[in-house]
Amino acid sequence: MGQPDTAPLDTAVFADSGAVTVAPVESLLAEDHKYDNGRAVDLSWVPSIDDQLVDSKALGYRVYRIVDGGEADSLADLPPFAAAFTDGSVERGHSYVYFVSALSPSGEFPSVHTAPVKPEREWINLSRGWLFLIMLFISAAVIFFVETARRGKKLFVRKIAGLEAIDDAVGRATEMGRPVLFIPGISDMDDVETLAALTILGRVSRTIADYDSKIFMPVSRSLVMTAARETLKASYQSAGRPDAYSDDMVNYVTDEQFGYVAAVDGLMAREKPATVFLLGAFFAESLILAETGNSVGAIQIAGTARPAQLPFFIAACDFTLIGEELFAASAYLSGEPRMLGSLKGQDVGKALAMIVILVGVVAMTMSEAWDVGVMENLRAWLVRVFSTS
Amino acid sequence: MEHFALWLGAFLTLGILSFLYKDNAWYKLSEAVFVGISAGFWFATLFWDNLVGKFWDGKGEEPMLWVGAALGLLMLFRLLPKVGWLSRWPLAFIVGATSGLWLMNYLASNIMSQVQATILPVFSSGFGAGFDADLATIVGNLVIFVGTFTGLVYFFFSKEHKGVFGGAARVGIFFIMITFGASFGYTVMSRMSLLIGRIDFLLGDWLGMIG
Repeated sequence: MGQPDTAPLDTAVFADSGAVTVAPVESLLAEDHKYDNGRAVDLSWVPSIDDQLVDSKALGYRVYRIVDGGEADSLADLPPFAAAFTDGSVERGHSYVYFVSALSPSGEFPSVHTAPVKPEREWINLSRGWLFLIMLFISAAVIFFVETARRGKKLFVRKIAGLEAIDDAVGRATEMGRPVLFIPGISDMDDVETLAALTILGRVSRTIADYDSKIFMPVSRSLVMTAARETLKASYQSAGRPDAYSDDMVNYVTDEQFGYVAAVDGLMAREKPATVFLLGAFFAESLILAETGNSVGAIQIAGTARPAQLPFFIAACDFTLIGEELFAASAYLSGEPRMLGSLKGQDVGKALAMIVILVGVVAMTMSEAWDVGVMENLRAWLVRVFSTS
Repeated sequence: MEHFALWLGAFLTLGILSFLYKDNAWYKLSEAVFVGISAGFWFATLFWDNLVGKFWDGKGEEPMLWVGAALGLLMLFRLLPKVGWLSRWPLAFIVGATSGLWLMNYLASNIMSQVQATILPVFSSGFGAGFDADLATIVGNLVIFVGTFTGLVYFFFSKEHKGVFGGAARVGIFFIMITFGASFGYTVMSRMSLLIGRIDFLLGDWLGMIG
């Protein structure tokens, strides 16, 4: 790194005699932003000694940038006491020099220039090392429990009320001679809730195939339609009834949220399904769908991880899978070692979180209330480990 | 033309609202128009934004777009029964990539950040150095700690909800339901704004009864 230069005089606008002069900022430093894609440079400095709470002469600061030895351009105006700035408009392959002017009513008082900085891309984000280790720990727990289940050991999973009702709900539809309606939310396949819904669909449709009941499934995303058809086809094949499967069971309606709702509401009113599954990612349409299902007398099993929509499902549906229960449902229903092991591994993650919260709160309380040094160190370490920034 | 659009909008709005009475021909017509036009709109939007705007215009600059195009093309193999299985590859790619991406996101936001934000002091001795939290802060911290901890107990699936553990789980679901109650009221109010918007259209734009 070269020595910083002084700012060129033509960038500073000095006032005439009697002007309010302000000391420039000091220790200006420009560094490549760590662990990014080479798209940012961090600046830090010590504010002007004339930047005071009372009778301050400094009005603020102006950041300048020189790209590849060209002209200085003003980047941003910052308020008094500002001591840092991140330039998020840089590109890899260019050299950047910065200086900061302290602003007074009479003009600008520039600092020295920084040494040239070239933003670089880092392939590994080392600041997330602990996140990686915790992910490895939970993954190891998942693998351990999957292998344990494969060796034949029975893994305990507590009952989940909504899932116990699935067989009864499908049986009800069969007895009444009315169809089952499955709504997988309105998100696409890149939403984990949709994936969870389709996994549950596999189990539900297997029961439907066994009972020779009827299912229809309007969807609002073309990829979900394709995936749902694959899921249904596999279920009917595993039930030994591939002939009963039809692509018409799943049909695309529209991507438009309320257009989809209008169509599904109409469908409910005309087909009068005995059972409605509302599983996946739902938004403002949740209550409209659930109330319509309720009005046609369907037994409704709902589940989503959207906190804003869960209250509506709880109010209007017979059973509701709350958040994590939706993701646990697939493992619970299938009973497969792979999925049960995954569920148990996630429980290890939750147990870890509970222990850390308990220890962290005790450490924090003791360090804050009684100034216990060891506890302060423990608290600081835990906060650092669980930091994601 | 403007008047025609206004009357058509009012006709379709009332048609959709007529569902509140019961399913009827007017609703069916409005529903069909809504679904048909929106599906066509989305087709045109995705075609011009994604196929033309992103892929066709940017294919020379961003090589990865060809990977997306190839995966999209594989989806069309569903139309050919003999090689229809190829359409499962893009689906497998999406499911796998989604799972991998969300694993880290959920871990960071739902576990790491939550745990860090819950590490709070829950008691003030009054003589501790540097501790200046008032009673309201302490109560707030206690609510966050107990609510988060017992909420985690409720979502722990490896143990039956019995005894002390079951009691903690009940406290957890109690907290969750209070949260849902508050959320319910808040969201209902935001839904009311949608209704007000439609009434404003009917009474204001259409009938001119309000300014």
